[in-house]
Amino acid sequence: MTTIANPSNTRSFDIRSLGFLLVPLIGVAITLALHAYFGWTSQQQQAVYAGTMRGSAPLLFGALVGIIGEKSGIVNIGIEGQMTLTGFAAFFAAAASGSLLVGVAAALSVGMMTGLFMGWSTITIKMDHIIAGTVLNVFAGGFTNYYYAQGKTMPSFPSWPIPVLEDIPWAGKILFQHGPMVYFAVIGAALLHFGLNYTRWGLRTKAIGEHPSAADTVGISVTKLRYRNITIAGGVAGLAGLSILQSASSFSNTGFSSGRGFIALAVMLFGRYRPFGALGAALLFGYFSALQSQLQLFDTIDIPSEFIGMIPYAFTIIVLAALGYAARSPAALGQPFEKD
Amino acid sequence: MRALQGPVLAIALALVFGAVLIAIDGKNPIEAYGAILSGSLGGIDQIGRTLEKATPLVLAGLAVAFAFKAGLFNIGGQGQLVLGAAFAAWIGYRFSLPGIVHIPLALIVGGLAASILGILVGALKAYRGTHEVITTIMFNFIASNLTTYLVAFPDGPWFEVEGNASNISRTPPIQPSAEIPRLLAGDSSGIPLGFLVAVFAAIVIWWLLAKTTFGFEVVTVGANRHAAVYAGISVKRITVITMAISAFLAGLGGAIETQGVVGRFIPGDNSGLGFDGITIALLAKSNPIAVIPAALLIGALQAGATQMQSRAGVSPDILNLVQAFILFFVAAPMVVRWITRVRSLEEDSGPQLSSSWGAA
Repeated sequence: MTTIANPSNTRSFDIRSLGFLLVPLIGVAITLALHAYFGWTSQQQQAVYAGTMRGSAPLLFGALVGIIGEKSGIVNIGIEGQMTLTGFAAFFAAAASGSLLVGVAAALSVGMMTGLFMGWSTITIKMDHIIAGTVLNVFAGGFTNYYYAQGKTMPSFPSWPIPVLEDIPWAGKILFQHGPMVYFAVIGAALLHFGLNYTRWGLRTKAIGEHPSAADTVGISVTKLRYRNITIAGGVAGLAGLSILQSASSFSNTGFSSGRGFIALAVMLFGRYRPFGALGAALLFGYFSALQSQLQLFDTIDIPSEFIGMIPYAFTIIVLAALGYAARSPAALGQPFEKD
Repeated sequence: MRALQGPVLAIALALVFGAVLIAIDGKNPIEAYGAILSGSLGGIDQIGRTLEKATPLVLAGLAVAFAFKAGLFNIGGQGQLVLGAAFAAWIGYRFSLPGIVHIPLALIVGGLAASILGILVGALKAYRGTHEVITTIMFNFIASNLTTYLVAFPDGPWFEVEGNASNISRTPPIQPSAEIPRLLAGDSSGIPLGFLVAVFAAIVIWWLLAKTTFGFEVVTVGANRHAAVYAGISVKRITVITMAISAFLAGLGGAIETQGVVGRFIPGDNSGLGFDGITIALLAKSNPIAVIPAALLIGALQAGATQMQSRAGVSPDILNLVQAFILFFVAAPMVVRWITRVRSLEEDSGPQLSSSWGAA
């Protein structure tokens, strides 16, 4: 419990706090080796790296959803369903109104509603957290299937190249020529890092996840804060849905999220519940899905496409197995809070 | 009888919610549910169809329920079922054997193929602490890709080359000796024998849990991991074996589907079945025998879906929503009690799973 009373990790510089850099570094090493093996041109490499950035945005947002929930003591395996529902809402709202902003508003409000549902079922009616998430996932699948309508199109997301920076040779194209959601994801991770480590909100959030009864004793309303956090997290899930929509540019009722809500949980664990850790992990996972699309597209090697399609999922399992018990989760995770 | 109150009220409420959605769409819910009723129970053919639909559901439900007993959440019934279906089809078409050997061999190989997946999941959980919810979902995608590859046009090793003019990705039809026969198949389609296999599996699982030392160990691990360790039970061993059996059951469900209904393996033909297992297991409160009526109910809904669409114009997809409502109400007795004002309703909200989440 020392982390509550004395947030020592924020005081002095510790070389281990740069640990999150390790993941991207390993990633870069692997990718350079792979690219040399496939003999890709500089342009193809750029395509893979830019694809990595795009593909990591929904995973990063999803992981942030998970982090906010788990830091507050709520296990959220319903992220997949949240992404599906918010993507659905955004697509059809934007298609009907012809305005992207209406779509964004729909994603955020539907996201917060799903967050509220997670909160209500786990906090108020004390449902098992994993069952609550499953209910959300099953509901999302059923709802989007039942109400899906074909033949709609929505206005596409703008591209926001960053002036000056986009002209940096080679790297500019990879890092600074994206749609808004990619930048927002990085900003989101930074904001959450700041919020968790340097604000009262962060301290209180960690308190209700680690030791809710102690938090209650010092006057924090555990229930209220959990509700607020899981609802905010729902809004972030809306951003995750929008990120998928930004790359896919339409909603598909058969494979919109395709397990990304679950991969996001692996990203969260691999990032050890830290926003910047999740950023590194999301890039790594994003890389493997970009690699998958690149291999499917260019057919550079003689591997059946079904096996290439397994890459992101197999990679998730391998990473989690390698990680083992390393990530320590908040102590009161998944337990309902009973006020004495 | 009081144990029945929760599930029955949950189903009733879910059907009411579904009816409201149907009515909002401007369709007639009474007509829709009437069509389901006659499409699932209206005659011997319809009943046969309900049993046919319920068969893999019993096994998918057993798979989830059995894992629940050990505190494990097997959310990957889908992938396991698909593997079982594909491997049973392979044994079924590739070999020529007498029926008495061929039928059980294909069933068992289907189950075993799935249980390899289960062993992997169990071992990852036991030795690396990798949560089974994530791994089983990931394996769903991997299994779906693998089986698609096996039968894919044109290079899949199990692809049906001859007599497949439109080049559909699928295996050749299984040999008649691997087909599970039907009982009382006179003029009508009769009663699928596969259903009896599923019922038998439910009885075996009940016996295993209630009457054997192994079953006692499983339940102890599920009830209290720490107490189990204290009692000298190897939690790791139980985790691996439980996942293996759970996956075997799901794979068996897929195999029966291949040998009793589809007659070959076609990717995507049995999607969603694995997830239905979760609803069924919760509805049955993880009781292996209660899984049978729960599966029959969901099976009846599915069997009547086509009639509902043709007679009332309601898309069968509504049933997925009804199922989500059932899932919710079964897991939230507090809400059911609040809506229905039935005071005597039991508080038990089912298995507690999140305690093992990220526990180091």
